[in-house]
Amino acid sequence: MAQSEKEILDGLAEIVNEETGLDTASVELDKSFTDDLDIDSLSMMTIVVNAEEKFGVRIPDDEVKNLKTVRDAVSFIAGAQS
Amino acid sequence: MLLHGKRLLHGKKLLITGVLTNSSIAFHVAKLAQEEGAEVVLTSFGRAMKITKTIAKRLPSTPPVIELDVTNKEHVESLAERLGEHVDHIDGVLHSIGFAPQGAFNFLEGSWEDVATAVHTSAYSLKALSVAALPLMSPGGSVVGLTFDAQYAWPLYDWMGVAKAAFESTSRYCARDLGPKGVRVNLVAAGPIRTTAAKSIPGFLEFERIWSDRSPLNWDVDDPTPAAKACVALFSDWFPATTGEIIHVDGGFHAMGQ
Ligand SMILES: NC(=O)c1ccc[n+]([C@@H]2O[C@H](COP(=O)([O-])OP(=O)(O)OC[C@H]3O[C@@H](n4cnc5c(N)ncnc54)[C@H](O)[C@@H]3O)[C@@H](O)[C@H]2O)c1
Repeated sequence: MAQSEKEILDGLAEIVNEETGLDTASVELDKSFTDDLDIDSLSMMTIVVNAEEKFGVRIPDDEVKNLKTVRDAVSFIAGAQS
Repeated sequence: MLLHGKRLLHGKKLLITGVLTNSSIAFHVAKLAQEEGAEVVLTSFGRAMKITKTIAKRLPSTPPVIELDVTNKEHVESLAERLGEHVDHIDGVLHSIGFAPQGAFNFLEGSWEDVATAVHTSAYSLKALSVAALPLMSPGGSVVGLTFDAQYAWPLYDWMGVAKAAFESTSRYCARDLGPKGVRVNLVAAGPIRTTAAKSIPGFLEFERIWSDRSPLNWDVDDPTPAAKACVALFSDWFPATTGEIIHVDGGFHAMGQ
């Protein structure tokens, strides 16, 4: 079932919050996972597997390095759902 | 797969380390083992526990995950007791653990601290894990580990290659000392497979290239199944008199001169 980008962003923010303790409001589309949110590779892996569960999509390992910003992740998930 | 109407690992109980993601070789061993009738318990550690627990749900049936950092003495010493909360005995252990700090991937510059970590985590750990699991191991039990052929000096692999040579030797000594207890110890030497550990090796692409040039059988770096099948075979009752062995699952690469 395809979700709106807003729904995906909110869901992703919850996952990020659970993993890092960051406030969900700080997970904004233009933020970079590494530079702005300070998320390391192990946390990123955790976020990816949880996002796969939550959104019912597969995010291939090779794709993860292209997901630099929150927007990249939201667009990828939206595309994978449709 | 049915053999005389019975699945290959019917009724067997296995302890499987090394499931990090669904690309991990160990994930595919766990999946095939369950499909062949085994009951499995996974291990993971630290922050990776959460990832392993999520990934565990993608197996045919969700196994328990217990904590084991193989370099942590308390974890190792309490393993049998904690494992005993889930199974009354085990018939096999998969060692699918490899780690070296980035500095170890530079042979001439690598420091002893980095090399020591690589050898502790990747080689000594086979002895540590086998002995830790021994109290629950049934006669006829099988320890299986994964190596990357350590006969050669490879590009890039550097001190990890030295650690794998130590690992292969460790498996022969484990075979010597566990044989009298009825426990077999064997390794699968897999060709390059794109997993998290592999991708942390700088220049992993180089391996893919040399494999496609040399191995007589087609080698698919995205397919961990051949290696996983060999592990399942070694856990089965179909290698009852094999120990201290290294089985190559590398498309035949090791046998070719050019
Ligand atoms: N991928 C390949 O090309 C290849 C080829 C031949 C052999 N191998 C071997 O296969 C095994 C599994 O690696 P993989 O390729 O599936 O990668 P992987 O990254 O999925 O697995 C490596 C595992 O080692 C575990 N680990 C690291 N340090 C640990 C510690 N201190 N205690 C407990 N566990 C620890 C990690 O949690 C991870 O699950 C390794 O021994 C590796 O050397 C891999």
